[in-house]
This record gives sequence, structure tokens and C-alpha cells, in this order.
Amino acid sequence: MSAGSHRVRAGGRIDRTEPRAFSLDGRRLAGYRGDTLASALLAAGVSVVGRSFKYHRPRGFVTAGVDEPNGLFTLGEGGRAEPNAQGTVVQLTDGLRAASQNAWPSVRFDLGAVNSWIAPVLQAGFYYKTFMGPTRRAWMFYERLIRRAAGLGAARPDPDPDRYDTRYLFTDVLVIGAGPAGLSAALAAGRSGARVLLIEQDGLLGGTLLSDPVTGQTEPWRARLEAELQSLPEVRILRHTTALGAYDGNTVILLTRRDHCAPDPGKGEALQILTSVRARAVIHSTGATERPLVFPDNDRPGVMMASAVRTYLNRYAVACGRHAVVLTNNDSAYTAAFDLAPQIDRVTVVDVRRAIHPALTAKAASLGVEVHAATAVTGVLGRTRVRGVTLTPIDGARSRPAACDLLCVSGGWSPVVHLSSHGGIRPRYQADSAAFVPGSYAPGHFGAGALTGRFSLGEAVQTGWRSGLQAEAECGFERASAGPPAVPEGAAPWDTANHRIEPVWALGGARAGKAFVDFQNDVTIRDLTIAHQEGYESVEHLKRFTTLGMGTDQGKTSNINALAIMAGLRGIELPEAGSTTFRPPFVPARLGALAGRHVGRHFRPVRRSPLHAWHLGHGAQMIEAGPWLRPWYYRWAGETVERAYLEEMRRVRAAVGLSDVSTLGKIDVQGPDAAEFLDRLYVNGFARLPVGKARYGVMLNDAGTILDDGTTTRLAETRYFMTTTTAGAGEVMSWLEFLVQTAWPELRVHVSSVTDEWAGIAVAGPQARAVLERALPGCDVSNEALPHMGCLEIEWDRMPVRLIRLSFSGELAYELYVPADYGTAFWEHLLSSGEPFGIRPYGLEALASLRIEKGHVAGAEVDPRLTLNDLGLGRMARPEKPFIGRELAARPLLDSPERPSLVGLECLESGQRLRGGAILFAASDELKGHGRGYVTSVTWSPTLGKFIALGFYAGGLRHAGEEIVCAFPLYGERVRARITSPVFLDPKGERLHA
Amino acid sequence: MLRIHCPLCGERPYTEFRYGGDAGKHRPVHGAGGIEAWHDHLFLFENAKGPHREFWQHVQGCRQWLIAVRDTATNIVADVALARDARGLDPQGPGGP
Amino acid sequence: MMRYSLPRLVGHALRDRPWPRAWRKATPRSHYDVVIVGGGGHGLATAYYLAANHGIRRVAVLERSYIGSGNVGRNTTLVRSNYMMNGSTQFFEFSLKLWEGLSQALNFNVMLSQRGQIVLGHSPAQMDGLARRGNTMLLNGIEAELLDRGQVQRLLPYLDYSGAARFPIAGGLLQRRAGTVRHDAVAWGYARAADSLGVDILEGCEVSGFLLDAGGVHGVQTSRGRILADRVALAVAGHSSQLAALAGLRLPIESHLLQAFVTEPIKPFVDHVISFGAELFYLSQSDKGGLVFGGHIDGFNSFTQRGQFPKAQGVAQCALALIPGMSRLKLLRHWAGIQDMTPDGGPFICRTPVRNLYFNGGWCYQGFKATPAVGWCLADTIARDEEHPLVRCYGLERFAQGGASLDEYGHGHWTYRH
Repeated sequence: MSAGSHRVRAGGRIDRTEPRAFSLDGRRLAGYRGDTLASALLAAGVSVVGRSFKYHRPRGFVTAGVDEPNGLFTLGEGGRAEPNAQGTVVQLTDGLRAASQNAWPSVRFDLGAVNSWIAPVLQAGFYYKTFMGPTRRAWMFYERLIRRAAGLGAARPDPDPDRYDTRYLFTDVLVIGAGPAGLSAALAAGRSGARVLLIEQDGLLGGTLLSDPVTGQTEPWRARLEAELQSLPEVRILRHTTALGAYDGNTVILLTRRDHCAPDPGKGEALQILTSVRARAVIHSTGATERPLVFPDNDRPGVMMASAVRTYLNRYAVACGRHAVVLTNNDSAYTAAFDLAPQIDRVTVVDVRRAIHPALTAKAASLGVEVHAATAVTGVLGRTRVRGVTLTPIDGARSRPAACDLLCVSGGWSPVVHLSSHGGIRPRYQADSAAFVPGSYAPGHFGAGALTGRFSLGEAVQTGWRSGLQAEAECGFERASAGPPAVPEGAAPWDTANHRIEPVWALGGARAGKAFVDFQNDVTIRDLTIAHQEGYESVEHLKRFTTLGMGTDQGKTSNINALAIMAGLRGIELPEAGSTTFRPPFVPARLGALAGRHVGRHFRPVRRSPLHAWHLGHGAQMIEAGPWLRPWYYRWAGETVERAYLEEMRRVRAAVGLSDVSTLGKIDVQGPDAAEFLDRLYVNGFARLPVGKARYGVMLNDAGTILDDGTTTRLAETRYFMTTTTAGAGEVMSWLEFLVQTAWPELRVHVSSVTDEWAGIAVAGPQARAVLERALPGCDVSNEALPHMGCLEIEWDRMPVRLIRLSFSGELAYELYVPADYGTAFWEHLLSSGEPFGIRPYGLEALASLRIEKGHVAGAEVDPRLTLNDLGLGRMARPEKPFIGRELAARPLLDSPERPSLVGLECLESGQRLRGGAILFAASDELKGHGRGYVTSVTWSPTLGKFIALGFYAGGLRHAGEEIVCAFPLYGERVRARITSPVFLDPKGERLHA
Repeated sequence: MLRIHCPLCGERPYTEFRYGGDAGKHRPVHGAGGIEAWHDHLFLFENAKGPHREFWQHVQGCRQWLIAVRDTATNIVADVALARDARGLDPQGPGGP
Repeated sequence: MMRYSLPRLVGHALRDRPWPRAWRKATPRSHYDVVIVGGGGHGLATAYYLAANHGIRRVAVLERSYIGSGNVGRNTTLVRSNYMMNGSTQFFEFSLKLWEGLSQALNFNVMLSQRGQIVLGHSPAQMDGLARRGNTMLLNGIEAELLDRGQVQRLLPYLDYSGAARFPIAGGLLQRRAGTVRHDAVAWGYARAADSLGVDILEGCEVSGFLLDAGGVHGVQTSRGRILADRVALAVAGHSSQLAALAGLRLPIESHLLQAFVTEPIKPFVDHVISFGAELFYLSQSDKGGLVFGGHIDGFNSFTQRGQFPKAQGVAQCALALIPGMSRLKLLRHWAGIQDMTPDGGPFICRTPVRNLYFNGGWCYQGFKATPAVGWCLADTIARDEEHPLVRCYGLERFAQGGASLDEYGHGHWTYRH
């Protein structure tokens, strides 16, 4: 390595035989396999890696894990660019390209730092107090500047070339976190034969043990546990896997990152996998994170968590400085001091406590580590790199500077209570360890290790073992016979349950200037003071007013310090101040991982008719119709929809056409009480419908407004074949089942959805009968044998055919239903039979326009806000017969004749057109307000040679013949139209009865 | 994730079900009951915070309508039965049979 | 009240002078003219307008927790007035007009950002529906623009216009005056302004019962003692049924969870509020840089304030269907609020069968954007003991009468259940 490298010559868990080349802001750098981006940068001596959110202060790495507030980068480029990646968790891979964020022109010299000069003005909540003038819209101007300054990395619009998978796992025991407690718990549960899923966010198992020297006493123990776990057949280990959240029903959501494997999306390999685990028991062994102390300029690059410095040293073989000061209020930081001492030039411990355990002072003395008791660090020298600190004795003696290039800090440990709190359980404060621990556990959940506020290795192993036994008992397994794995010999005397912490939070006085509580969001003690003065003192007010804990790290390093400092300001005890609410996810998770494969054309499933492939092969332009794709128009009739649908309509009116109506909902209704059932369901009667006849019916909901419509055919005394609208099929089916199963269980009737069983084909046009005569030889389809609304059940090629004479278009028309698998064959048969008559397929646009000419309601008119009268169908109801919705349809205002009801409209201005969504006014009205009605469906009628429409108009057909105004102010249009009957074509029905 | 024990299919995630709302009230007899009875049935709710008797349909399973007693404050489902024979349900459920 | 302004801000900063509390820590008096139960946006706004518009200053706002702890601090911060149904069009436009002067009226910057909202349409039928909405808006004096696909693409170039889009974009309806507001600031701004007019804001004060007699309500029983009042108003979205039940009322309301989501902060990326047309989904970018979005309610009654994860997945899918590039952005937090749902999607602001008891609730998805108009109209309704003309359509009796529908999207009765 080059001179100036901070890499230690030996040790660590990096593989010096496998170098990894990477770049930061175009600068070429190198690290090793096993490095993180952070460790490689620290090894290269890069101290400034980011700029803070508000003041753009230079910042360096603070931690070595998921709690990192400062070291955020944009990784990759183009469609693979990911903003705001924590360098502390990014595995170093060959060719990794990282870019620093939120600085211009660079993180070392950032013009945004001018914000520091006006920092006093940029205090907490300053924006609520200003930017309100000179005009009302002034904020829009300031907002642009503020938005530009805010945000961290930049997003790119490019689609993501990578794949993400989702999956489901089931297990007996889920162990979250593979530190000593988790390893012990997994072993206890695993030895019993229970299915154990052990997850670890790191690539290696061991948790804090990985920060011990690889040549130390804990490593053989760790390796032995890992080996045994791997040998147990029912134990499954997921590395690089983070538990994002705990949800109802013992469901835990996991995210597995495979970024370091460079998965190939072309081979279907996922970059990340999101797993929903359902576990019978969950063991939380999530550990604890070290928290900082708050003192002036505690954010300077080179001020780091003591445990992080130790991790970089022992795991990554990086010495973060040559001359370290270790500032602490508890025993744990001494481990870092003692590990550093042999490796660097000088180590000094500054301990705020008066009494220090003699074993610590003795060991310090033996390693040449100077210890200053009852002393605090109250200032930091250096701007882009720590150059020294100000030491102030607690008893008030004079401060003095001390040179150093690294300040290791330990303010105590905060158990990772996030997951155990997601279920709504508030953490509780445990005074002797100065930590919030889970207030309780949900049924089937157990806690172990540092999470419980007990920090020694021995207790981690014991509590882990115990929770493993509890979990296996929860799952009904036999208890494993052996005891917990013995803790390695020589556990240090300072490795105590509570680190003998003296809860000190802030040093250097509460009014100290830039003493940071939240690094990422630049929240200082001063901001907390302001929040307190102005009354924003409850936890949530504090967070929302100062933005504390709202950064990408979600306050992992800042929340407890802020709570404690606020409690101090308020003169109350910390537990009284409450705690923040922990929201999932535990770490930020890519939306791509949440979405899985439901992206692009797979966003939602597509439903296809049995004839789908035929349509695609024969020039159909498809269109989304809810979940369905349906033929919109066919290219035989024209290249654009505007031309094609007219040609298709002409063909139907003049000769014959056929269309795919398979998407209609189809329900088989059977049973001795089928007739009674339908009579209750529809507003009109079906009990007296003769066998072999069809009838149009309308259903209301309980509230008395429109639910659905369709035709139902009586196939036998006790059997009906119901059709519903395409859109309403699912809802109607559930509704029928509800009625049968809950409201009217006494009725002997069964309902079955047969939508997917039958293909439906409409044949319409004056030549329709001729086509059928040729297609179904031997079947009498004469007007006498099969009148309008008649039905025949016949066979074609030994296949059942339901032939129902129905017309949506107003022409002589039939609907033919055949088993879905025969749909295409039968469709082609009809086409070839109809060839002499000029038969052609027609699509949805023509279908919709044909029915407008005939005045049939559909889509926009079958509106649950409307009543039967609104649709002009009031006479269908048989008031003497009870039907669903009858009572509430009679509510006084629903029954008013002044409600808008269905009318036809014809355009009176040549060169103008009617448009859907126009608002209707009487000719004398001022064009203002909500008007008297609106237009729902419009078409050019090739039959009538003008634009016609369906719409709703107050008073309805009482105004027939009147000239009204269709206002479309969006286009600045007002068009005159006449109110007509909605039946524009063949009002006497001669065509359809032909 | 909320899970519901379907009496026919076993315990399943709630995403397989369609929610049908309050089952704590008696539906007026078909054809009987005036506007007021139907209005109260359809529009007024206890909206209990605690045990709540409610309909669910196992749409992606057996298609059966169920009545569950779920605590709306905890999402813990205490009891489930087919709506056809919901008499067996915990009588502590509000608006019981 | 010490006025907020830039010179003051600089002056305070230079001299390091403290600001006074934004609102006093009041102690309950034995009697008030009006007691408002619920210290959310609606309750605080009502108190402010009672004092500011009607000179009724002996008012207390009772909040069980801290003010703004409910839905005013949990929503996706959208304000708009693109409503189609008669009644709602006028009400929400009135609300938007109040938003437009609110920072100045309260002397508290609520950061109204009129960045424009675009509702997308994905089929000819949806475009007709948007046209009806837009035409209705224009005819009621509200600006609206109907955009075709090309116009949408010029404004929102990062949406999915590729052949891979499951629901291709056909066009959209733009309301330029729509936008976002800093939600917490609304609660704090109203609290500070109401407090300065003499309103008592009582945090940590939970109502456990009403003092009722033949003449109606004359006070409340609270965790901080009995408080007498001539008039009592409820503004406790999420728990409306529970409070109303204490007064013997049953409501057309069910409590449901609505989740909201925010990504990590990124540099300016989305400059508008965007609503998907294929499913209920809406998205905007906060001033801090996070993309804030939400979708449908979880779909079953709940008071748990924590959402179901499958809903989060569905909403993430909507986000990517709209903006494929969001795939690499990370979800930072998701949370849930309890909202009142009603059979027709419309709210209630009205007197109740209990004399001197007034009710506000049932706001479904639209409580936040309604805040100023709710405060204004509820204050008026309380002061005059008669519904303000703008809220006459929002009565509790409308289901018995079958009046004009408030169902904006034609979802029909209780269709959220499906």
C-alpha cells in the first residue's frame, strides 16, 4: 500500500490476496475483499465523505454499521444509480463507483457551507417564522431555493434493469440477529429439531464478536457455533438479510441483499429478495448500537464511535488515527482503547466518571494508556479533520487542549428495540443500563442479549439460550439436553452487564453552539433549547419541529440523546419524556424490493378472453377494460380507431358482424328455489319467466341504487344462466354468495361462477340468422323457433352450445356460449360460415357505439350513484314484489322527479361535436354551477349522420324536444343539442324482431 | 400480517379474503322493514374498538362467507365460524346471535 | 403574540433572545362558552375561527395527547379543490381559498406550495370522467386544464410512457392551484393564533363523558376534571364513534387505517402532485426531499395505527407503475392513521340530536385539505346554532333522506370493502 495508508499490516477479516478496485468521485482507489466502502475509504485516508443537510459541514464516518448518519453515497450510474447508500454497509466490489452527495463543487470545498455563517438564523423551525411575504405566493419562490438545497442524493428517471423477488417462508423459530445471543438462541432451538431461521444483516455471523481481534479468544468459539449451526439440518441461515419490520400474526419482513454477487437479471437472478416469514416463535437478538455524546463540534471528521473504531481496527485492519483520545461515560470504550494501544502511537482515555474500576486502570497502565478521570471533552479542534480536543475537568478546573487525530466516543449503548416496538409496544427505560429496552414482548416473541439492556458476553449467551428454549417450547419441541455453550475463558472484568455507565448526555453546557444531537439533519443542542422555549417539548413535537431523527438513519444515533436532553430542559425524568414511535422499515428498503415482480406490464394481472390469441393474430388493437384486455377495433376496418369503428358499425347494420363477449360475468344459478332467489335479487320478476326464455334484469344494492344489469336465461325449471357486466362480475358473485350463505340460508339454491368456463360470441346484423343457419345445420333458428329473447341449448360437433337471441346493438342478434376451450374453433367456424354474408369481427368501440344508437345503458350509465328511475327503467320494478333495495330506493329525495334522468341528445350544430363529460344547461340558463345534467356517452352515428349522446338531465324526458346547451369550458366550447329519446334507432324494435 | 382461520381451509393471510363489514346487526327480513329499519341496518354502526363481529369471505379459497370476532384494537381474531352456522361463535362478541 | 418576521428572526438570532412559547400551557377553567374535543387541525381551526370570526374567546380545545397527534400530522399533505359533486365543489374551493391566505392570517408559515396536481386518466372513459370534473370546476370558478398524453409527458417526463406500462397514460386533469402544505405547521399555526386570542389549549386532557340533561349537553368529564360548557363540539376523527357513543349517538362511520409512505430525501425530482388513475395512489415530494405517497385504506375496521405490509407492497407497485425510476429509491418510513369512513365518502359538519352538541367527522380521505373550511364552517355552525350554508349537504340525516350523492368517484355504497 502507498504511504499514508491507514491499513494495519496484519490481521482483520479482509483478504489481502484479493484486491478490489473502486472509485470515489472519479478518484481511483483500492481495497480488499471483505472491506466495506467505508473501511476502504478510511484505509485510504479519506476523512471527509459527506456534507451535512443544512449547514453543509464536512463530515466523516461515525459508525461502522446501519446507524451511519454521515457517510452516504450515490452508487452506480444510469439505471443502476442508487442515491443515499450507507458506505458502512456497502460491500466493496470490483469496479464499484461511488459519488459523494449534497456538496458543490466537492465535499472538501462546498459552497453550501456559507449556510454555516448564517446558522443562528437557520435555527430549528426558522421557516415557520418567515418567508411569508411580500406576496401570498412568496413561499413558492423561497421553496424553490430550499428544495434545491435540501435532499441528499439525486434520483434518476431511468428504469431499473435489475430484478427483485418476493417469497414466503414458514419456520418454527425465527432468530433475528446472529450475535452471541442469536447464535446461542439458534443453537438451543436448533438442537431440539425445530425449524430455525437465523438471519443476519451482516455477511458474517457473530455480531459484535466480529469486532474482536481474529486472533483473540472469542473467534474459535464463534467459529465453533457457526459450524454446528451449519451442520443442523433444520437450521437455515440467511446472511445479508435485514428484518425490516414485525407485523401482525408473527409475520416478519426480511430483505436479503445480493448486490455483492452481481446477479444477472437476464438469467432471472434477483438483486434483492423480500421475504415474508411467518414464524411460530420469534427471538429478537438485535443487539445494541453505541450512541454518541453531545459536545461542541462533535461532528468533525475523525470523531467516531469507539466501537466503530475498534471494528475498523480488528475487522478491517484499519487504524482510523495515530493518536486517539477515547471519550467515554462507561466501561465499554476501554476495549477500543486497549485494542488500539499496541497498534497506534498514543491512546488517551478521557472518562467523565470519577470512579473507574481498578482492573481498567491497571490494564491501561500496562498498555501505556493514559486515563483522565472526571474529565470531559468540551471542544474539538480542526475543521476537515480532528487536530485536537479541549479537555475540561468535571469539577470546573481550567480547560486545556490536547492534540490527537482521532476522537473515539462512547455515550453508552441503545438496544435496537425497533422490531419489538413495531407491534405497538412502547419501550421502557432501564435506569441501571441507561437504556430503553422492550416494554414487553408480543405473544410468541422473546428477547435476548444486548436488546435486554444486559451487555456482557456471558449474559448474551445465557439469555440467548434461555429464549431459544422458550421458543422451542412455544413450538412444542423437546428441550435439548446439553446446556449453553461455555463462554470463552478470560472474559474481561469490564465486560459487565451494564458497562457501569454514568448517564451523561451532553458535555460543555446546554447552550453550547454547534453541539450536534442529530448529525444528518444538523440538529444541535441549541435547536432543542429553542424547541423547548417555544413549547415543542413532547417527543413528537420535538421531532417534527426540529426534524430530529427524520433522516435516512431515522435517529438511530440521536433519538435517546435528544430525549434525555429535552427531559433535562423540562426538569423531568427521562422515562417521563416518553419515547419516539418506531416505524418500519428498520433500514430504508428499495421500493423495487417491495414491488417484486409486479412491475411494468406485470403490475397487475391481465385477464384474457379464450379468443385472445385469435384477436392478436387478426389485427385487433387491444385496449384495457379493467383487468381485461379486449379488442378495441380491428385493422380490417381501418388503421385508426376513428375510422375503424365506423366501418365495423356499418358492417353490423348492413350485413353481419361478430364480437367477443366472453368477458361478461356468467353465473350458474341452480336449485328448487332458484326462481324465488332471482325474484328477490332483481327488481323485475324471473319466477314466471318460461323455460327457454331470457330476460333483461337490473339489480339494486341494499341502499336502493344501481348495482348491476344483464340478461338471465331460464334453462330449466330450476336452472338459470345469469350474465353480469364485465366490471361488476366479481362483486355480483360475492354478493350472491353473501345472500345465499348469510341472508337467505333457507333458500335451496346454489350459485357458481362460470365466467371462465364459457366463451361468449355475439353475432349481430340483418344476416345474423343466415349465418347461423349455415353454421348450425339442422338447427331451426327461425323467428318462430327462436324468437327474440328465446334460448336453445344445442350441440355443434358434440359440443354444447347455448344460443340466446339477444341484442345489444339493436339488430337481429344472437349470443352464443360454448365451452371456453372450443371458443376459438367455434369463432372461426362462425367466421367461415358467415363469409358469404360478409361477416367481420367488431371491437369494443363499435360495440359501445351501436348500443348508444339503441339507447342501451352501459359503463358510464350503470352508476351506483343512480336509481332505477334515473335510468328511465322505473317501470321495470314490480312494486308488489319485494326486491333488494326496494325500501331505501323509496327514500324521499331519491324518488324526486327533478333528479337528472337518462335522455338522448343529438347535436344541432354542424361542424361541432358532442363530448363526454360536457355539462348540460337549459338554453336560457347562465352557464354556471353544476348545470342540469351531463353527458356520459357520445358517438358519431353513421346510421343517423350526426353526433348523438346519452346523458342525464334534470326532469329527463319531460324536456324531450327542447334545445339545450352542452358546455365544455375545458375546450371553450358550447354546443347546442336537442333532448330526444335515448333510443335513436328502430324505436319499435322491428330490426331485432326481424 | 393479519391471518384468519378459515374453518374449511385453515389459517390464511387476510389478503385471500374479502372484508364484508359489521356482522353484529340483524338484517331486516326480506320485504319487511321500512326505510327506518333498513337505514339503521345499513348506515349506523357501533364501530367497536375491541371485539368486533364481522363478515369475511374467503374469495381466494372456499368462497364461504365467515363471521369472525376480531379485536379492532389488536387485530387478534378470537373466533371464526361459517356465517351459515355462526351460532357456535363466542357469545361475548358484540351483537351476538 | 410576538409576531414572526424575518427582521425579528435575525434580531433574535443575533442577540440570542428566546422566543416565547407558541401556545400557553393552559390550566382548565371551570366553564367555557365552547369546548372543542380534539386538538387536531379541525379542532384548533374551529377554536381559532370562533375567536377570530365570532369573538367567542372563552373556548377550550381538549386534546387527549399532544396537539396535532392525530391525522393532521399523519397525512400526505395534499390540498386541492377538484371536486365534482354539488356541495363538495364549493366547500373545497372555499377551503383552498382559505389556504391561500392562511400563512398571513395566522402569521405562521404553513408553506402552501401550489405546485399543481395532475390526475391521470388511462382510458377514454376515464378521460370523459375527468372532463366532467374539469368542466364542473370551471363552471364553478375553479381553474382546471384537461391535458392530453403529450401535454402530460411534457410536464411529467419521468412517468412510464413505454409500451411496458400496464395502464398507459391517456391524459390528465391539472389544477394548478392545488398543492401541498406543511401539515404539522397547520396545527401549530392555528394553536398559536387561537391561543393569542385567548383560547385555552389543554393537552393531556381526555374526555371520558358528557354532562347531559334534558336540555342537552352542558359540559364534559375529563381526565383533568369536570369542565362546564354552553356548547360542545366533537372533532376527533378516528374515534368519532367512541366519543359520540358517550353521548348516546350512533353514527354512519367506521374507523379504518390509511397508510402513508415516505422515501429517503432526494434532490428535486417530482415538482407536482400526481394521482394515478388506475388505482387510488397519489404522490408528491416534500420540501425536505422525500417522496410522500399513499393509496387505499387497509380495508377493514381497525384502531391499531399500524398498517398491513401487503398494502405497502401494493402501493410500492403503484409507485413503480407510474415512475419506474423510483425502483432504486428507498422507503424510509411507513405509518398509519385512523380515519372515519362513511357510506358515501362524504363528511359530517352539523348539529346533532343532542342539543348544544355539534359534530364534525367522517372525513374519509379528505380531512386535511378541508381543515380551514371545517374550522370556519363549524365555528359558524356553533356560533349561530345553524349549519353554515356550505355544509348543509354534510348532515347526519342525509342517508335517511337519500339526498344528493357526495360519492365523488362513483364507488357506490361501502365499496371500499371490496
